[in-house]
Amino acid sequence: MVDPKLDTSRYDPRSLGLKVGLEIHQQLDTRHKLFCNCPTKLVHGEAEEDIFYRRLRPTRSELGEVDVAALFEWRKGRIYEYHAPLNCSCLVEADEEPPHELNREALVIALAIAKALNSKPVDEIYVMRKIVIDGSNTTGFQRTAIVALGGYIDLPSGKRIGIQTIAVEEDAARKAGEKGTVTSYMLDRMGIPLIEISTAPDITSPEEAYETAHTIGQLLRLSGRVKRGIGTIRQDLNVSIKGGTKIEIKGVQLLDLLPKVVFYEAIRQARLLEIREELRRRGVTEEYIAENAVVKDVTSIFKKTKCKIIRKVIKKGGRVLALRLPGFHGLLGVEVEPGRRFGTELADYARFWGGVGGIFHSDELPAYGISEEELAEVYKELSADKDKDAVVLVADEEKKARKALEAVLDRAKYATKGVPPETRAALSDGTTRYMRPLPGSARMYPETDVPPFEVTEDVLAEAEKIKPVHPMVKLEELTRRYGLSKQLAKQLLHELRLDLFERLAAKYSDKVPATYIASIFTNLLRSLRREGVNIDNITDEDIEAIVKALAEHRIPKEAVEEIIRKAAETPSHDINKIIEEVASRRVSIEEVEKLVDEAVEKLKDEIRAKGMRALSKVMGLVMPKLRGRVEGRVVAEIAKKKIQEVLGG
Amino acid sequence: MTSLYGYEGPAAELVKEAGAKPGDLVEVSRPDGTRYRGVLMPRYALSGKPILVIKLDNGYNIGVRVTPGTRLRVIATREEVLKAARRSGAPAVIPLIEEQPPPGPKPRIMIIGTGGTIASKIEYETGAVKPAFSAEEILEAVPEIGFIADIEAEVLFNILSENMRPELWEKIAERVARHIAEGFNGIVITHGTDTMAYTAAALSFALRGLPVPVALVGAQRSSDRPSSDAAFNLHAAVLFAAKADAAEVAVVMHGEPSDSYALAHRGTKVRKMHTSRRDAFQSINSTPLARIVPKENKIEMLMKPLRRRGEEELRLENGFERKVALIKYYPGMYGEIIDVLVDKGYRGIVLEGTGLGHVGEWLIEPIKRAVEEGVAVVMTSQCLFGRVNMNVYTTGRKLIAAGVIPGGDMLPETAFVKLSWILHRVHDLKEVRRIFLENLAGEYNPRLTLRLYPRWPLNG
Repeated sequence: MVDPKLDTSRYDPRSLGLKVGLEIHQQLDTRHKLFCNCPTKLVHGEAEEDIFYRRLRPTRSELGEVDVAALFEWRKGRIYEYHAPLNCSCLVEADEEPPHELNREALVIALAIAKALNSKPVDEIYVMRKIVIDGSNTTGFQRTAIVALGGYIDLPSGKRIGIQTIAVEEDAARKAGEKGTVTSYMLDRMGIPLIEISTAPDITSPEEAYETAHTIGQLLRLSGRVKRGIGTIRQDLNVSIKGGTKIEIKGVQLLDLLPKVVFYEAIRQARLLEIREELRRRGVTEEYIAENAVVKDVTSIFKKTKCKIIRKVIKKGGRVLALRLPGFHGLLGVEVEPGRRFGTELADYARFWGGVGGIFHSDELPAYGISEEELAEVYKELSADKDKDAVVLVADEEKKARKALEAVLDRAKYATKGVPPETRAALSDGTTRYMRPLPGSARMYPETDVPPFEVTEDVLAEAEKIKPVHPMVKLEELTRRYGLSKQLAKQLLHELRLDLFERLAAKYSDKVPATYIASIFTNLLRSLRREGVNIDNITDEDIEAIVKALAEHRIPKEAVEEIIRKAAETPSHDINKIIEEVASRRVSIEEVEKLVDEAVEKLKDEIRAKGMRALSKVMGLVMPKLRGRVEGRVVAEIAKKKIQEVLGG
Repeated sequence: MTSLYGYEGPAAELVKEAGAKPGDLVEVSRPDGTRYRGVLMPRYALSGKPILVIKLDNGYNIGVRVTPGTRLRVIATREEVLKAARRSGAPAVIPLIEEQPPPGPKPRIMIIGTGGTIASKIEYETGAVKPAFSAEEILEAVPEIGFIADIEAEVLFNILSENMRPELWEKIAERVARHIAEGFNGIVITHGTDTMAYTAAALSFALRGLPVPVALVGAQRSSDRPSSDAAFNLHAAVLFAAKADAAEVAVVMHGEPSDSYALAHRGTKVRKMHTSRRDAFQSINSTPLARIVPKENKIEMLMKPLRRRGEEELRLENGFERKVALIKYYPGMYGEIIDVLVDKGYRGIVLEGTGLGHVGEWLIEPIKRAVEEGVAVVMTSQCLFGRVNMNVYTTGRKLIAAGVIPGGDMLPETAFVKLSWILHRVHDLKEVRRIFLENLAGEYNPRLTLRLYPRWPLNG
């Protein structure tokens, strides 16, 4: 018997035959969007906007196929509310004007990255429409184009990971909310160019998935032509284990979560295989399930139930339907991921296919106000065996409830085969939930409104010029050119604003040491963020202004932290004003000498007794009055001199 | 030069040599060792570049340059590919709506196809869009209309909107008249949007005493995409044709960018005012005829219709003179343009003049000559909004004296259609003028109120 409780330490992804492929999506930092002349920026706060509403109708392929997820949304009367900010969306995003020609700048960047990944550019780029009907594209499809095929990236560990395809595509609209049947989206993000890098399923451990994503992410940033910050890079995954199935997992936004998602999915597949083995052991086959499954209307049993959910449904004219899952006793309670049981998987199917709120199943009952007696009645009604079978209850409109139980039954049947192919959504705790069936391959057709783009020698030469170097090459360069320690260079390589560092170091390193500039990023900003200071308010221009003031000796290093703290308070700060304020507090050498003189006078006896060891005492007396107004080094020098005078004189 | 499936030159020769055709699974191999495997696609880009288009296994198309020594080989023919695809589990066709329309008598609606696609299926192998034309196919794509009416459908012809011609207006008018005689309660005509307003005007004049609604409908976003406006517009048009108590010709299209309501515009007052928006069609110098909310199956009349249902009996007065020109005046236009038309035997000229209805004074003589030679000359305004008034300035008065017929607040396009229609049946210029000045199909609005003009939605 499978232990219903999941002990994750029992699973070693390597011995499970784990195979992972990554799809990395990164926004490009272009002047314009991929198919129009709108800027590639997002709206912050209130913005002038127009609002419109649309529905999306599932289209049918020649073979009659319809995307079921789209169809269900449409049947439910799903309405999409689009917010079109005037500053960064136009008729193209509103699907009120055909797309313009492909953004050449985006293609050149993508080709440069393709070259860095040893990928082979195609000779002509064709834009395709990929049907995506969740409303996140006003058109009902995402425009996407392959720019290069094949390639590889070498990880710091020495492992080589294959690249399958590199594509450019338009980013989708930002989901802004959902209320009843209305889903709202913000159109600012829609159309921002993305590069999509798909690796081969060469990754064999959760850590390697992280390392791959991290290395590719670094390479992308080293191009200096990609956006940075939360939401500008997203990962989708394909995960399978030996005997399992390739599962598509969508939307991992945080890199740190990636290994966890991979690990949990490997476990989920392993657990589903354990359930399969248990079913085999019990002699439960698909045919057995089909022959012995029973659905019955058991509303009458719950006429006087204490279960609030069921009472409400019955009052509204709904029904309670029960399904007997033959031979499944105890299996619905089996945890397949931390906190998610096999019953949860069944409930996901019931929700998706039946549109119901959820299910009750025997491995969690009695609970939710459903009594022991009621459960016994249900078992009796279904002629189910309490020690052999499981029972699933759904309370809703009869039609929906019936569909939900059909889906539950289909999913249960698949348990005898193993892991069903699915698209799953990543949750914030690293687990995943069923999102929809895998889309068919037949969801891609040509975007005839956009002419193909020929990749000529000229274009390739342009790309060559901005081709990013491999992160390991960069590491070497940072230590060599700027004299950074290997450790500092490594930390800097993680830094999103690496390109800013390089710009500033090139410009100011003769006046401000490069190691200090680097430490602003690697130490100061990071520790302030940990402290909760809103570093997002600090722009590249702010940092440049500060370094410039340092180079011009207008402010001491000690004042940098204070300036950043102050600037971080508001997004609309005036950095030059803040710097000026600090600079104006600067004291003259004479003033410092005067203060030191006073302190030395006060501590004369101690100085005579302890000699130079009294320096810290002197500093302790002076610095509180001078901090941020003059560099500590200068004060110390003066103090030393004055102490020397006392001792020598 | 060889040309095959859009390919030219070396690419075409390679395709020909291999005996390949679009839809075949092929392998391209080049001397540098690169190999591509995928389905051969037709080339829709109009350029003779030596590039083969291949659909990869993942559904993407890419272009592969044909270099010297490139080889093309057919792995499986299109028929074999399709057969395999069907074998591997042809999906059950899921209907969009599960419910069936309730039985019982419903209005009979005929949908006449003239071009554009209101319903279509995508052939994913080649990306080709196949229009759906039978009533069954339309109902499969837009099942909602089956709840409103008993739908029948036919394809009269299938042309691009810009290729519409007066002889085709005549064909449509003739067909509409026949279906009305057969007892249909309303007619829907699907039409490409570019020239839909001209056709609407033509039908407005040809179908005298129209007893049922005739709705022209099109789409600004093609029906092969989920965001297409085709289904919404068709739903609204069927609703108007089946339920509206307004027996006139109307263009039924989106009322705003949202999928909220459609507008029915009078056929003689409607104009396509935007190249791409869903709500491109606007009533000019008139409010729209009706607002239609498909979701609620609701029609709200916004003005009094020309006729109610069944008020009159249909008299088809078909036929349009071809020798009529519509000319937009521009600063410096030479009089010879008018002369050429007169010399070429044109019988009517509609001018789109400036402002209140003017042209450069040097055109007055050529125009005078035209009228003397029996050519009917009508003046409209390129302002579109407002009416011409040729009594205010000298040039206008001189044009009137030269025999120009003022077009009132009529759209230049409507004036062109109306003049073509009149000249087919009347020769005497006096009679032409008399009929032209008559309000036959709501083409004149005698009262222009302040709100019949678009304004910017400025705050404050």
